[in-house]
Amino acid sequence: MQRVGVFVCWCGSNIAATVDVEKVAEVLAKEPGVVFSTNYQYMCSQAGQEMIQESIAKYNLTGVVICSCSPRMHENTFRKTCEKAGLNPYMVEIANIREQCSWIHKDKETATEKAVILGRAAIAKVHLNAPLTSGTSPVKKRALVIGGGIAGIQTALDIADAGFDVDIVEKEPTIGGKMTQIDKTFPTLDCAACILTPKMVDAAQNEKIHIYSYSEVSSVKGFVGNFKVTIKKKARYVDETKCTGCGLCTEKCPQKKVPNAFNLGLDNRRAIYIPFAQAVPKVATIDADYCTMLKSGKCGVCSKVCTAGAIDYTQKDAFIEQEYGAIVVATGFNPIKLDQYDEFAYSQSPDVVTSLEFERLMNAAGPTGGTLLRPSDGQHPHTIVFVQCVGSRCDDSKGKPYCSKICCMYTAKHAMLCREKYPDTDVYVFYIDVRTPGKNFDEFYRRAVEEYGVHYVKGMVGKVVPENGKLKVQASDLIGNQQLHIDADMVVLAAAIEPDKSARPLATMLTASMDTNDFFTEAHPKLRPVESPTAGIFLSGACQGPKDIPETVAQASAAAAKVIGLLNKDHLVCNPCTAQPDELMCNGCSSCEKVCPYGAITYVDKEFRGPNRTTLLRRVAQVNPAVCQGCGACTVACPSGAMDLKGFSNKQIMAEVDAICR
Amino acid sequence: MIDTIKRISGVNPRKCMKCGKCTASCPAFERMQFHPHQFVDMVENGRIHELMNSEGIDFCLSCFACVERCPRNVEPAKVIEAVRLAVVRQQGGAHLTPDEIPALLDDELPQQAITAAFRKYRK
Repeated sequence: MQRVGVFVCWCGSNIAATVDVEKVAEVLAKEPGVVFSTNYQYMCSQAGQEMIQESIAKYNLTGVVICSCSPRMHENTFRKTCEKAGLNPYMVEIANIREQCSWIHKDKETATEKAVILGRAAIAKVHLNAPLTSGTSPVKKRALVIGGGIAGIQTALDIADAGFDVDIVEKEPTIGGKMTQIDKTFPTLDCAACILTPKMVDAAQNEKIHIYSYSEVSSVKGFVGNFKVTIKKKARYVDETKCTGCGLCTEKCPQKKVPNAFNLGLDNRRAIYIPFAQAVPKVATIDADYCTMLKSGKCGVCSKVCTAGAIDYTQKDAFIEQEYGAIVVATGFNPIKLDQYDEFAYSQSPDVVTSLEFERLMNAAGPTGGTLLRPSDGQHPHTIVFVQCVGSRCDDSKGKPYCSKICCMYTAKHAMLCREKYPDTDVYVFYIDVRTPGKNFDEFYRRAVEEYGVHYVKGMVGKVVPENGKLKVQASDLIGNQQLHIDADMVVLAAAIEPDKSARPLATMLTASMDTNDFFTEAHPKLRPVESPTAGIFLSGACQGPKDIPETVAQASAAAAKVIGLLNKDHLVCNPCTAQPDELMCNGCSSCEKVCPYGAITYVDKEFRGPNRTTLLRRVAQVNPAVCQGCGACTVACPSGAMDLKGFSNKQIMAEVDAICR
Repeated sequence: MIDTIKRISGVNPRKCMKCGKCTASCPAFERMQFHPHQFVDMVENGRIHELMNSEGIDFCLSCFACVERCPRNVEPAKVIEAVRLAVVRQQGGAHLTPDEIPALLDDELPQQAITAAFRKYRK
């Protein structure tokens, strides 16, 4: 039996207002093995910790139970406290009487009774605790960044700058992401390409950075410090090492009718293409869905014109295996599909465009060479209506429940640019709220109204009807208490943004958690915003939530700092609460091996002494404690009860249950 | 009265984010004194009698464009339906007594209409 000390914390009034802490300490003092029991205002304070340390020495305690907040908050604090007093840190148990008791109950009597029960369970458990020692595991000093947009590029540059190798995996033929499609950036109106392409070139030229373009992550195994990742390099039918990026093939390819994804289908490209002039790597890619040679074996023009001999129609997907210490997710976002909002006539008229399409229509490298022209007839639009919050801030059944955050600012930017370039246009912006928190953001929006004369109307567009080459817009003006009818030439929809579709399967591979909108969740929404709850997985950019460029870059650098902190360590201290099989009970069924998400369990044939001096060869499970994360899946799966989790053994759990039911 | 309207219509006015898409969608805008986004606001702020006595509530076509397009599923048309029902029911006195019914019966009048009228004007 252990000599147990019980320490009941008031947590100011957090616990003491609902739980009679004195009574809890008094009742628990009578539990078997308890040699000392007390209560104190703030157990986590310096004075509280000293009190615990003194009691350990004075009463020769071998186990400590602390009735306080969730172990997520202060378990580490108290473990360290006890370790300093010479007690094994795993001889400490926390009874959560705050989150699971005082905060959720109103009646003091009931709450006190429950606190006693929770304390009793912890005491029952600590009696069965055994001292545990942490092992260490080495750290592979290489990082993987998934997604090569501005978030991924910034993270990779910062990690490389600290001297570590970084690989970027980008599913498109070029890095750069959404920012390459943007014309100007708010609130300074500098050209997006002018500030992005130098970073793309930096990434390409950096010796520490390796870019896997047109590639995807196909599997992830391992754990923090030691991930094993398989990268699928999709066949682009062009030898990257030979292609010089001269672009001759992209001019000579006879297949001219391929919707140009870079311009969002507003114009066409060839079947062999380089997405845009500043692409990194500047290497051609064949679109297998449209290439005549790949589909019917007849053509081969690109191969004939290529002086470098880079075209290879027989190229296959290649798989590369690599080890990493840390993984950064930077999978970004996409505008939503607008099928559900056809009152805005997006499917009925080419002159109703999304804001991202509008970027391309304003961009010098876009389908119209930077002159704003209506997609339907190539005429200058004279009246443009912008609609905000399309698909954002909706009831779950009608769209995304969140605010997409960037739309207010880019719409103000579009409206301002229209008025600046074409002062003869009338520009209306229909808004629900104008949300412009951010440095120089509200000033920017006010400039659009005051200096550029953009008509901001508080209200929403109800419907858009294409009629005789015009778009009849019916809208509300809530402040003027009137219904507006506008004959517009173009309507621009600020579509909500959502995480990229590749994020969900990736999260499964990484065992990283997501919210209901498929945004990755942080380890803590305020205090650990760039880490996933899964150790070794970090978050960068819009995969974590809607973000503009300045915020994305800030988060990207923050994620890099966290990665550098991890890669700087030679060894990581492992969690000693790992699984342990009882070899005599193991029947070799492999159930545990199948459920282990970390690949920590292997089977070996081992000799056992049988009756009458015989030797038996039996197949038994082995756990690699450096790989085991202590999730406990195997202990549940084991049909013979041979697998146990150190620190959370079946016996300990049952003792807790018994104590609760007593 | 607010609770009655909420109960009949099933509308929770607190879900409204005051975007005005309902009013933007309304084909009967010009003929109504108050407009769909105001219906919701008036329920929330207890201005039911003002709404009941306003002009043009009968011009709501129940086309449900506002219901269909509301991003937050508030369903303003159901408010006006409930308000119209409240107007009908408040008429006061029994407009129809059971004794009068036999005299009203004829072959062309569906029995349902009499039952409906009886129920509407009962109170």
